[in-house]
Amino acid sequence: MTESVQPTAELHAAMAGAADTRVLAPGHTFGSITDKISAVVMTQRTPMWWYLGFLVVSGFALLLFVSLTYLLIRGVGIWGNNQPVGWAFDITNFVWWIGIGHAGTLISAILLLFRQTWRTSINRFAEAMTLFAVACAGIFPLMHTGRPWLAYWLFPYPNTMMLWPQFKSPLIWDVFAVSTYGLVSLIFWYVGLIPDVATLRDRATTRIGRVMYGMMAMGWRGSARHWHRYETAYLLLAGLATPLVVSVHSVVSLDFAVSVIPGWHTTLFPPYFVAGAIYSGFAMVLTLVIPIRALYGFEDFITMRHLQNMAKVMLATGLIVAYGYMTEAFMAWFSQNQYESFMMWNRMTGPYWWAYATLILCNVITPQALWFKRVRMSVPTLFVIALIVNAGMWLERFVIVVTSLHRDFLPSAWGRFSPTFWDWSTYLGTIGLFLTLLFLFLRVLPMISMFEMRTLLPAAKVELEHERGV
Amino acid sequence: MPQRSPLMYGLMAEFEDPNALVAATYRAHDEGYRTMDAYSPFPIEELHEALGEPHTRLPLIVLIGGFCGCIGGYALQYWASGIAYPLNISGKPYNSWPMFIPVTFECTILVAALSAVLGMLALNGLPMPYHPVFNVPRFALASRNRFFLCIEARDSKFELEKTRRFLETLGALEVSAVAH
Repeated sequence: MTESVQPTAELHAAMAGAADTRVLAPGHTFGSITDKISAVVMTQRTPMWWYLGFLVVSGFALLLFVSLTYLLIRGVGIWGNNQPVGWAFDITNFVWWIGIGHAGTLISAILLLFRQTWRTSINRFAEAMTLFAVACAGIFPLMHTGRPWLAYWLFPYPNTMMLWPQFKSPLIWDVFAVSTYGLVSLIFWYVGLIPDVATLRDRATTRIGRVMYGMMAMGWRGSARHWHRYETAYLLLAGLATPLVVSVHSVVSLDFAVSVIPGWHTTLFPPYFVAGAIYSGFAMVLTLVIPIRALYGFEDFITMRHLQNMAKVMLATGLIVAYGYMTEAFMAWFSQNQYESFMMWNRMTGPYWWAYATLILCNVITPQALWFKRVRMSVPTLFVIALIVNAGMWLERFVIVVTSLHRDFLPSAWGRFSPTFWDWSTYLGTIGLFLTLLFLFLRVLPMISMFEMRTLLPAAKVELEHERGV
Repeated sequence: MPQRSPLMYGLMAEFEDPNALVAATYRAHDEGYRTMDAYSPFPIEELHEALGEPHTRLPLIVLIGGFCGCIGGYALQYWASGIAYPLNISGKPYNSWPMFIPVTFECTILVAALSAVLGMLALNGLPMPYHPVFNVPRFALASRNRFFLCIEARDSKFELEKTRRFLETLGALEVSAVAH
């Protein structure tokens, strides 16, 4: 036992030495990590900003309920959707929200497989973000069907009408992809939570806390046999979620790419959508994590290393997205297809030129600042860049949906789209719902995975030579 | 004559760090104890090894789940589009397999993921609302910063006094009896 102290101390010193490359500030123990993270839920007084923030964001969530209620009374005519722009704000918002979710799965699954320890303090939070983003995303196509109370017709089940879904349509692929994604994200998140809610159960001081967390923990007791199966299951889930996350936005992009609309009918879409999804998702993680780490004083868990790495992922995926824009423009010219080249020209100089110009400014030019370490080390600058990228990625989807549709083949069939009040209120309402769910999550569940943080400590490394006696 | 009490679940030793627990588990296994379990606030790979447990069958369950999802997903589409409700979609064959790949893939992932989680819970015997180890008050720390080894009374080598003395020699902070 005493032999093991030596390398542990060395490791600790090594970690403390490199100030901005560490994933956890020095000086923590198993107990202090547990106490600090669980205090937010268990003992700390709910801060004033939480109440004020919750009041504001739940107000926006109420706006969503008002908008949807009015929508159900009056029908989709209250939106600005028209012919030819049949997919307007709703599909833009759907793609935007689904894309945001992707960073959560990337952080929790792909970075786990690559053994990136820096994922540990942000994965729980990012997975929650995924879940809430998928919930917001689902609202749009559901409402866009016009008769959401018949949405179960999308699923294959034996029915008295003897009808079955049309499986050759990308829209039905989308139903399967998004619902699988939502469900797998949910169970992945829940499995990750089990040992941590067991901690909350053991630390709960009120009866209701013990009962609620106790039920969620399902009797988890940290047995070595359980941990072994748990780790196997977690790794397998990560392996399954990795191709899944790549497939989801690919399938979403096929909704567009399988059609014959100029500007949509391209094989570039799947990889370009996936890169865009990760790009916007990391922007959203940064947007949320930067204020939260400051408000809860979690700078020693979510360090500059995390922010820097996320900025680098944003830069890399931003470059892939920029390459996508270039290829789109190049192919419009290179294909010598008059509809394609008109579409591109119309996108750049037509009535929605401002959307395209702003999108290039937000998504291509702004993130180039991230090449500089000074920019990446400045938290406020990172926050602003992340906000700009969020807006840019929304504009990208708006440009793809609206500018491609509003002028397609026949000039006699051209049209324009302008959003109505209810378009905006539904969009802002989903942001409200997203943030409301996030506020509740911060309040009742551990936002950082405690058991995974414990494994980051040098003391968690077992340094033992043992010869089995049998 | 071994002292066995139906009222007793086992003896629980508490350790301060993971190294001590792993070393103790190896010792207990070498001593011949088999019906025991170790408890820690985070996964320790070596612990499972020290208990002398075989690797879990979970990957096989997930593989079977994935196969079922894959075949089931394809069969569903084949049956719906080819037999139950054949529709001519832009002249494609009723069974146009490339169009069936996305849903087949999603079904594979879905069933495999569900079997991973449900399989893990089933093999672990969870949810389990009651377990005797929780009767030890200090066991609440097993989810915080303490490490426990529990030798169960069912073990053929278990003898209350002998086992207690053995656990004390392992450097345990405290050895306590676990009531049923």
